[in-house]
Amino acid sequence: MTTLKQATPVHTFLAMLARDVRVLRREMFTFLSRTLMQPLFFVFVFAYVMPRIGGGDGFGRVAGVSFATVLVPGMLSTTMFISGLMAVTVPLMMELSYNNEIEDRLLAPAPVWLLGLAKISSGAVQALIGALVVFPVVYFVHESAQPPQIDLTDWPLLTVVLVVSSVLSAGLGLLMGTMLDIRKSNVLFSLVTVPLTMLGCVYYPWAALQSTQWLQIAVLVNPLVYSSEGLRTALTPAMPHMPTWSFLLVLLGGTTGVVWLALQSFARKVRR
Amino acid sequence: MAVLAAAAGSDAAVRTVGLAKTYRSAHGDVLAVRGLDLEVARGEFFGLLGPNGAGKSTTIGMLTTLVKPTGGSARLVGHDVVTEPVAVKRRIGVVSQNNTLDRQLTVRENLEFRGRFFGLSGRAAVRRAQELLDLFDLGGRAKAMVYELSGGQARRVMIGRALMHRPDLLFLDEPTAAIDPQTRINLWDTLRGLHEQGQTIVLTTHYMEEAETLCERVAVVDDGRLLACGTVAGLKDEVGPGTLVSVTFDGPADPVAAAVRGRAGVDRVEVRGATIRLFVRSAQNVVGDLVLAGVAVGLTVRDSATVPPSLENVFLALTGRDYRE
Repeated sequence: MTTLKQATPVHTFLAMLARDVRVLRREMFTFLSRTLMQPLFFVFVFAYVMPRIGGGDGFGRVAGVSFATVLVPGMLSTTMFISGLMAVTVPLMMELSYNNEIEDRLLAPAPVWLLGLAKISSGAVQALIGALVVFPVVYFVHESAQPPQIDLTDWPLLTVVLVVSSVLSAGLGLLMGTMLDIRKSNVLFSLVTVPLTMLGCVYYPWAALQSTQWLQIAVLVNPLVYSSEGLRTALTPAMPHMPTWSFLLVLLGGTTGVVWLALQSFARKVRR
Repeated sequence: MAVLAAAAGSDAAVRTVGLAKTYRSAHGDVLAVRGLDLEVARGEFFGLLGPNGAGKSTTIGMLTTLVKPTGGSARLVGHDVVTEPVAVKRRIGVVSQNNTLDRQLTVRENLEFRGRFFGLSGRAAVRRAQELLDLFDLGGRAKAMVYELSGGQARRVMIGRALMHRPDLLFLDEPTAAIDPQTRINLWDTLRGLHEQGQTIVLTTHYMEEAETLCERVAVVDDGRLLACGTVAGLKDEVGPGTLVSVTFDGPADPVAAAVRGRAGVDRVEVRGATIRLFVRSAQNVVGDLVLAGVAVGLTVRDSATVPPSLENVFLALTGRDYRE
């Protein structure tokens, strides 16, 4: 009986992650289909079907490389972002509405910020799993004459960009989940996820926007841009990309800021 | 005895001093709780009784760290709810008014994960969950998802979940609201059983009957204030004026009041239009005397009622309002 009361916040934190893993395992099929379908069909149409229609060469060559090469980092970054965001925002909005299910977590013996951090961590793990399962799909699905030219040599940079981006996406998810009302969730996804991905340097490298300079500057407010460019630098260094220091600076600084803001917002939201 | 234990100091299960909560909003401030002094002793079954909107849930919210007080202080088993929320949370189990079970988990998982949140090892959580499933007769529903449960089952799971870490204090916020009568009686048995084993319980209810049946001591609250606090019997004796006799005539009842005022055994007389209310120690012959007094001044009786000593009368005596108003 006395041992129970010695539970440290770390125990609580780990138990919450364990709970999320249990739920994820049960809903693996839903998770995989939600994560995989969009990138799978996207690369199928744009890296396989379209090049064949265009005679194998005409469609989507950017800076002399195949469109598949552009898509691999882009699809990875966008999958991570959407997975991380959704993994935190959707359950949180449910827990905050109707029955105030969030109370279940708030009563656990840990400070409120740690409960928010558990949500971010769990979302980040789901974002990473999303990236891992999508990689083979975007790597192997393409027109045979136009394979993506991937150069998997800079492992440290790849790891840093993947981890930081996953935390950033989950942090944004927590921030959005605490700021937005579930009744407006439909609008949210069309207003947030569509511009995020379309203008996130997913389908084109940032450097290619120099022909439309106002847009090249405007997209800099989009966090996904830095994640896409980071992965582009790590995976397809031959493509034009942002300088390494710039996206690392924004990713690290932005993630710290977003996580801090999200934890504040979460604490304000749940403590009446 | 309970009162003595409560006076023992910081070891009281609950001690609040001037506890207050004001919700600020653009539409003006809402004074939900206006300075509450409460003490609950360990091992006690304590009730917070009041109509909807009296401030009971806000009070429970503050005691369980979910609502931030705007005034006063509250200590649970010696720990301050504002400065030591984690220590407080380790010692309490809470059953809230809504179904806050984890919808993505089964009944068993709801219990097991709650245990693990509180530091139980996986194996210990499994064992404790099984104990509680057996205790609450939920073995057959262990694998059910939350949305498959009936209202009464969900409530039992919530109580079980709140007990996973063997809390010093169990809070229940309106545990039998929106629950059918049979299930309510079963839940009462369950709570009584827990209390007999030494569990300290604090519950809120707007059902007089529930407070009378279960609680050793009751705090009557209304409009965010404490009206009275004591044992149910004590409240009936001291505050409660015994039996209430109410008679309605076909005209203003003032002349009747003049006739019965000062009569032996009548504690209080109230007149509201055609209705006269007497708080008496014994209801014997009172209605008959009122009828005769009415006839004497040319009034005919339209309606009459006799309500035996109850918390309902206590509330009426304290607020001058009917409980269900």
